[in-house]
Amino acid sequence: MKNAIALTINRIQLALRNRLFLFFSLMMPLVFLFLFLGIFSRGVPAAMPPLLAQVVCITVMGNFWGLSVQLVTFREQGILRRFRLAPVGAAAMLGSSIIANYALTLPTIILEFILARLIFHMTNFGNIWGVLLLCSLGVISFASLGLIIASVMNTMQETQIINQLIWFAFLFLSGATFPLVLLSKYVQNAALFLPATYLVDATQRAMNQSVSLTSLVPHVISLVVTAVIAFSLSVKLFRWDATEKATRNAKLWALATVIPFILLGVYEMTYGQLRRDAQVTFQLMEQRTATPAKDSH
Amino acid sequence: MCNNPTLTTVPAQIIEVENLTKRYEAVEAIRGISFHVDEGEVFGLLGPNGAGKTSCVEILEGLRTPDSGTVSVCGMNPQSGGNAYKQLIGGVLQSTSLPEKIRVREAIELFSSFYDRRRSVDDLINRFGLKEKQSAFYSTLSGGQKQRLALAMALLNEPRVVFLDEPTAGLDPQVRREIYDIIEELKREKKTILITTHYIEEAERLCDRVAIVDNGLVIATGTPRELKQASAGTTRIELRVARPEDAEVLKKLEGVTDCRTFDGYFVVHSKHVPSTIVAIVKHLEATNNELAGLEIATPSLEDVFIELTGRRLRD
Repeated sequence: MKNAIALTINRIQLALRNRLFLFFSLMMPLVFLFLFLGIFSRGVPAAMPPLLAQVVCITVMGNFWGLSVQLVTFREQGILRRFRLAPVGAAAMLGSSIIANYALTLPTIILEFILARLIFHMTNFGNIWGVLLLCSLGVISFASLGLIIASVMNTMQETQIINQLIWFAFLFLSGATFPLVLLSKYVQNAALFLPATYLVDATQRAMNQSVSLTSLVPHVISLVVTAVIAFSLSVKLFRWDATEKATRNAKLWALATVIPFILLGVYEMTYGQLRRDAQVTFQLMEQRTATPAKDSH
Repeated sequence: MCNNPTLTTVPAQIIEVENLTKRYEAVEAIRGISFHVDEGEVFGLLGPNGAGKTSCVEILEGLRTPDSGTVSVCGMNPQSGGNAYKQLIGGVLQSTSLPEKIRVREAIELFSSFYDRRRSVDDLINRFGLKEKQSAFYSTLSGGQKQRLALAMALLNEPRVVFLDEPTAGLDPQVRREIYDIIEELKREKKTILITTHYIEEAERLCDRVAIVDNGLVIATGTPRELKQASAGTTRIELRVARPEDAEVLKKLEGVTDCRTFDGYFVVHSKHVPSTIVAIVKHLEATNNELAGLEIATPSLEDVFIELTGRRLRD
């Protein structure tokens, strides 16, 4: 634990000195905030909760890139080799990545809440503690998923390509940018197999309809299971040295991370209500946008 | 004994390597290396690039797994010793780096925090001449400063065994001498050091004993003096002539034990220098050739290597 804390402090220091990291982790979420609340809400505070939830989810999902990509760079540059020579384990190395991500993301989310209140006059934040808990689980889950990719990809180039593909799926198919109900039925079905969809749906309902976490059990379980499986596998598959290439077995192990989402997706398609809930959230937002005078006072 | 770093020790074999082998796909990097290192000794693995030195050191550091053979450092197996083993060793890796935006002091403090036993960060910074650079980012350091930092980090846990893998490779001669001074200081402190190098000067100056490694095998072991004496107790004559000569003819001259050609000059080994020089001069007169240069020196480890392998160290 002592090592994980020392590494976390170091990772935070290094991240704060990295302009690219600051741009993507702080500036980009704020751009999304102004775009969603300033334009898409048509200036109606009552219509803002699901939109702020989307912005928050994009910020949380950004942890998928986060410091895990930095680990691949460290491995390619031979930096991890130096850490390996010291009494530091893979769990401390990877754990510090997640804690540092969390410590850097949480202030951004709180800043988004503050700006939504002060600039866009948003008053209803719904179940805010539930939202913060979902965000916390989300950071751990998405950062862990990033670590899995970092563990099984051999080069930075490969990592960038795979990350982009997964990131775009998270961003555009989960309801984080376009409401799920606006997507075709096939895409909606596909979205049920993505962890991002559960994060977006749960956060929107907690913020828009003040839904308690006890009503969001499948969502919470999906995030917790992702975090546990992805983190455990990334520790198991972690490589310190760029000369040790990821084996086919390792890549198969990494694929095991998707199993809970296949099960959850099948369950949702058969018995779930996620698509109906997304429909309700969207209709509420549409109604509030259409009747600004009533809702804003 | 070695598990308790505070114990005073009697000379013992702190590193033992038996029949070590390591293969990377088609390449057999180590083909059965054996050697031992006594406590307090500076032991060198001398050999050309690709000889298997780094693979051997990285196995000893616990960074790689051998295919076969046994390895023991401080009575522990580096591959299964885990963090308890890493508490006892320090090292400078051949190809490594640190994050660009980490400051010198931060790097020492961070790595220091991983160990149970640690030296004062200020002492290390002062000792390795890093005081003025302690707030500088790693990316702004020169090659020599980076290497001094690497050495400081290798010693921050007061290790029982220090592994230095090509610690002066790529550094200019002045910085190299600075690093030599630091290693000599460690030698005076009776630190056990395993150093790999392809620099003859480094091995001769720093090492108590040397193992000459070539093609994944140890081809000779001993003190630099023993190795040079075993190299036939000859004197080395470097000979330059105006027109090409046949090395086989020179080999037959009086007192000559060996003669090899290198880039237009000959290295002649002689058991009786005066008569060999007279014979060379007479031979050149007889063949209407001219003497362009002649240097006499006692054999170096380079000569030993040439004698054993027929190649120069940096070929």
